[in-house]
Amino acid sequence: MITPNHKAPLTFASIELDAGLKAALAKPRSDLIAEVTASQLKGRGGAGFPTGVKWNLAAAAQADVKFVICNADEGEPGTFKDRVILTDHADLVFEGMTIGGYAIGSNTGILYLRGEYTYLRPHLDAVLAARRQKGLLGKNVAGKQGFDFDIEIRMGSGAYVCGEETALIESLEGCRGEPRNRPPFPVDTGFNNKPSIVNNVETFAWVTCILVKGSAWFKAIGTQRSTGLKIMSVSGDCAQPGIYEFPLGITIAKMLEAVGGVGAKAVQIGGASGQCIPASEFNRTIAYEDVSTGGAIIVFGPHRDMLAVARNFLEFFVEESCGQCTPCRDGNPKLLEGVELLEQGRCSMRYLNELASLGETMQVASKCGLGQSSPNAFLSIIKNFKGEVMGRTQGETH
Amino acid sequence: MLVTDQERLKSDIGKWLERYGRDRSALIPVLQEIQKKYSRISEYGMQVVADQLGIHPVEVYSVVSFYSFLDHKPKGKFVIRLCRTISCDMQGKARVAQQLKSDLGIDFGETTRDGKFTLEWANCLGMCDQGPAMLVNDVVYTRVTPAMVHDILEACRKTFGVYALESKHEEGHA
Amino acid sequence: MADTVDTSRAPVSQTGHVMPPVEDEGMIGARVTLNIDGQDVKVPMGTTILEAAKKLGIRIPTLCAHPDLCEAGLCRICVVEVEGMRTLQASCAYPVHQPMKIHTHTRKVRQARRHIIDLMLSHHYGDCYTCARNGNCELQSLAKEYGVDFFRFGHPDKPLYAKDESSHAVIRDMNKCILCRRCVRTCIDLQEVGALEAIERGDKTKIATFMDKPLADVVCINCGQCINRCPTGALRANDPTDEVWAAIDDPKKHVVIQTAPAPRAAIGECFGLPAGNPLTFEMNTALRLCGFDKVFDTNFTADLTILEEGTELLLRLQDALKTKKGPVFLPQFTSCSPGWVKYLEHMYPEYIPHVSSAKSPQQMFGAVIKTYYAQLNGIDPKDIVTVALMPCSAKKFECNRPEMVDSGYKDVDYGLTTRELAKMIQEAGIDLPKMPKSDFDAPFGSATGSGVIFGATGGVMEAALRTVIELVVGIKVENLFEHADIIPVRGMEGIRYVELKIPKVGEVPALLKPLFESWDFLDGVTVKVAVAHGTANAHKVMEDLKKGGPLSQCHFIEFMGCPGGCLGGGGQPIPTTLEIREARARAIYSEDSAYPVRKSHENPAVLHLYQEFLKEGPCGHLSHKLLHTHYTPRGKYIAE
Repeated sequence: MITPNHKAPLTFASIELDAGLKAALAKPRSDLIAEVTASQLKGRGGAGFPTGVKWNLAAAAQADVKFVICNADEGEPGTFKDRVILTDHADLVFEGMTIGGYAIGSNTGILYLRGEYTYLRPHLDAVLAARRQKGLLGKNVAGKQGFDFDIEIRMGSGAYVCGEETALIESLEGCRGEPRNRPPFPVDTGFNNKPSIVNNVETFAWVTCILVKGSAWFKAIGTQRSTGLKIMSVSGDCAQPGIYEFPLGITIAKMLEAVGGVGAKAVQIGGASGQCIPASEFNRTIAYEDVSTGGAIIVFGPHRDMLAVARNFLEFFVEESCGQCTPCRDGNPKLLEGVELLEQGRCSMRYLNELASLGETMQVASKCGLGQSSPNAFLSIIKNFKGEVMGRTQGETH
Repeated sequence: MLVTDQERLKSDIGKWLERYGRDRSALIPVLQEIQKKYSRISEYGMQVVADQLGIHPVEVYSVVSFYSFLDHKPKGKFVIRLCRTISCDMQGKARVAQQLKSDLGIDFGETTRDGKFTLEWANCLGMCDQGPAMLVNDVVYTRVTPAMVHDILEACRKTFGVYALESKHEEGHA
Repeated sequence: MADTVDTSRAPVSQTGHVMPPVEDEGMIGARVTLNIDGQDVKVPMGTTILEAAKKLGIRIPTLCAHPDLCEAGLCRICVVEVEGMRTLQASCAYPVHQPMKIHTHTRKVRQARRHIIDLMLSHHYGDCYTCARNGNCELQSLAKEYGVDFFRFGHPDKPLYAKDESSHAVIRDMNKCILCRRCVRTCIDLQEVGALEAIERGDKTKIATFMDKPLADVVCINCGQCINRCPTGALRANDPTDEVWAAIDDPKKHVVIQTAPAPRAAIGECFGLPAGNPLTFEMNTALRLCGFDKVFDTNFTADLTILEEGTELLLRLQDALKTKKGPVFLPQFTSCSPGWVKYLEHMYPEYIPHVSSAKSPQQMFGAVIKTYYAQLNGIDPKDIVTVALMPCSAKKFECNRPEMVDSGYKDVDYGLTTRELAKMIQEAGIDLPKMPKSDFDAPFGSATGSGVIFGATGGVMEAALRTVIELVVGIKVENLFEHADIIPVRGMEGIRYVELKIPKVGEVPALLKPLFESWDFLDGVTVKVAVAHGTANAHKVMEDLKKGGPLSQCHFIEFMGCPGGCLGGGGQPIPTTLEIREARARAIYSEDSAYPVRKSHENPAVLHLYQEFLKEGPCGHLSHKLLHTHYTPRGKYIAE
């Protein structure tokens, strides 16, 4: 198995196993959710929905069956933190799911693991078996009378869009991974039409930490609107790519220093669906209120051809769009064609503006978050690197 | 397909449906099992699954065609998936791709005549800090260089056992 | 109603999209006030923005939404701006639960809609001029409404897909498909057939059959409901108009057309009339002007069908209740709907013995024309061309079934849909609604109200009951049911179940004497019948039968392949909605009540045919040769 190259030990490594779960089970459900809410933890998958609010809604929903779903369909280009967390700290994730189960009144957890990570399956099965052995899963979890909870693993089959929570649910239900209309939301009508919470791998791990160290600890880190720590997957043109833990609110410049990426001409934050930030904006911060991310940081050195970057991302979306809604399915190929025209130096400014306006339509009119964010990279590259992408001569690369 | 093969497939499907339950949420796990054991999901297999789950064959086909890891076309014993996404691209995936094509004598999306190898692109394998990355069946290789391609393929050729491949990989690049 | 059969979800087809349930019981009946474009509107919780806007007379364009189908929210043309939300919302799929301020045509909205239309046009290959839907295309109308004056994102100059013309009934041209998936929802949800689904993903997404095979090679029942709901010309019927014109133009050919009741009730819609204006007799004039040599009424063979199928039912009942010989297959199923018949052949081939062996009225007519009529008029049957005007695309398949040649020739040469005939009439420069009225031609012009109601769901059952009850009980059916209207079998509910007790039995009428000694075996029997329309409802009935549920106790079940029966057929004018189908049904029932003769067994032309030609009476030897058929167990599996 590949060992991840941490730069510094993660907070996760310092957490005493099962302390979080025990602390959670000692609390009444409402207090538990209040604790999570108080931490102001927001979804670490990228969308940034407050975890406590989500749990509260699911807890309030009336149903005989509810589900706790862990989104381990990590597919965003440039993201690999969930793989590392599942490799090194799977217990914290399963613990967080169990805490979630207790909080919302669910007996069933499902880890939706992307097909590309099939090699993690034996390890995760072993961790689950050990937890069952220790009474941390199954009947009367950790001795808590009446709280039964177990976790099963379901494999993805190679579809980026299944990282979108409703597409993930569709996939669990045996369908194409096509996002649903919202409302209704999964907290009301989720897997098998039952209330379900869908949280990212990292979110569950942080929940466990919060239960151990307290919401005050978590809230003290970061900014007012973006509390706590965030695991970042760093790759690209930098000296030390790998997994990092940063407090939210860190500036891009500071982060680049830490990863050995000083001198970069741009940084892609949030993966293919994120934004491409030029050097002139490196004083911006990684936070939900500024540059939001699920944790992918891709550094572009001075020699990178930004048009090639745009092409790579668009090729990704053309193929990975679920193909359901018009703006995403038909819009991305048009943007890609636009990149081809730019490569050939045959794109008029008028048409480029037209494509930019199409991109804006895709951002507001696509059905799901993935479609809405698919033109982001293209839009930020043509905006910030206009001089680089316009007026190319045949065969020229930057 | 021989009748006996069809019968074997049908009985396997029955077995897997027992394990995963007879409702639609069992569909993808069962298809994954078929793909794993038979290297493809045949027309007949899709129809059996549809029949058993009370859905239409076209719905099964629709699902199979949606997911990259499910396919009705026969695949090789070893499915090589090279990551083409940005970080691996920046770390030289193009040259690895070229070497794979040369060494296998096929293009991406194709299967070698001996049925041993299928070459495909993959989108982000989550190994962005150690690219170029590729999957050989379920085993991941990182920091692949054009020169390494030959060794990896040879290791595959020597055996049909994935475990042998895995141990080789562990000592090589873990 | 059979109380254990779940019909609550059955008429998805009939009620259109059901609003999402309101979870909180306290909220049931609660209403919420929306402000749309500055106007307030109060609507029940869970109403979609689209519906709410409609109440204010605000039109929001739609493509993937269809009142017969579940919501999809995927074409995104109906997006609107909701104050406080960053993204636009699909109004067709957004149920409101709290007060909202909505704007339906801001710059952002108009731009998004325009972009969506431009994107659709960027891979929509084909000229409007050469399209079956020219003038009745939702994409064309939208392009007009949104002022599309150039192809912003290009336009294909060559086809991307080959047309699939394999089917006798439905032609698919994916070059015109905009991926709204109405056909998919029609085929899977509304009809339970599952011929079409979306395959692949991303830019490769397309609508396909199982393994992308030709439509003729997969499980398709030819019902054409997908055509009726396609917003563009991606799906259309296989059009034999040219062949029909050629036959008319050929002086050696004697071209005979029979017209079914449902097209007559609907064809006015192709000429700008609102639904529910029958043009039966105007159409007769128009058909003669077009050049058809004879215009006959399919209702004649509808009445004949009732006698054959009704007799067959009585024979089965006699076997079951009296002679108790052999296996008796009850309930008997109707056989007039070729969509339903093929559905059964695929999905429930083991139930084929239950289907009446009587041919459909269309096919009976063809066989009678090329035998009796030819003989009577001294015309060589090889020179007769029989055309059938039907509301149906499956009839095109039916007339091409290899077994439908009992006259020694192809019994019915061409099946025309209502839409195709409307085009022929327009091509001939005829303003149909202004035509003087004229009657059908003898000898097959006389018909009864029973024949007319074949066009509506429940009609075959009602016609059969009128005849069977009267023949068995021996008293006028009008004395049992006011105006002979058997109301319980009517309506648009997906599955209807009715019990009728036979109060007493009468004398066996002369026509049936050869087959029955007496009706004693029916004395006091409660006849149980059911009616289902749309194959999704047929599916429910069949599953109930398989389980031995309450419907398995039925004696007779009417199945129609299409929602609403023939009046909602795949060859009828587009669009189709529940309101339109109900209006057509009203037209059909009012025509029925206007007929002086209301019962099939009183049709003088039918009785004459039994005297002169089918001398052994219903289910006799010649009847069996010409008017009955057999079916093909097809099964669900397609060979690899």
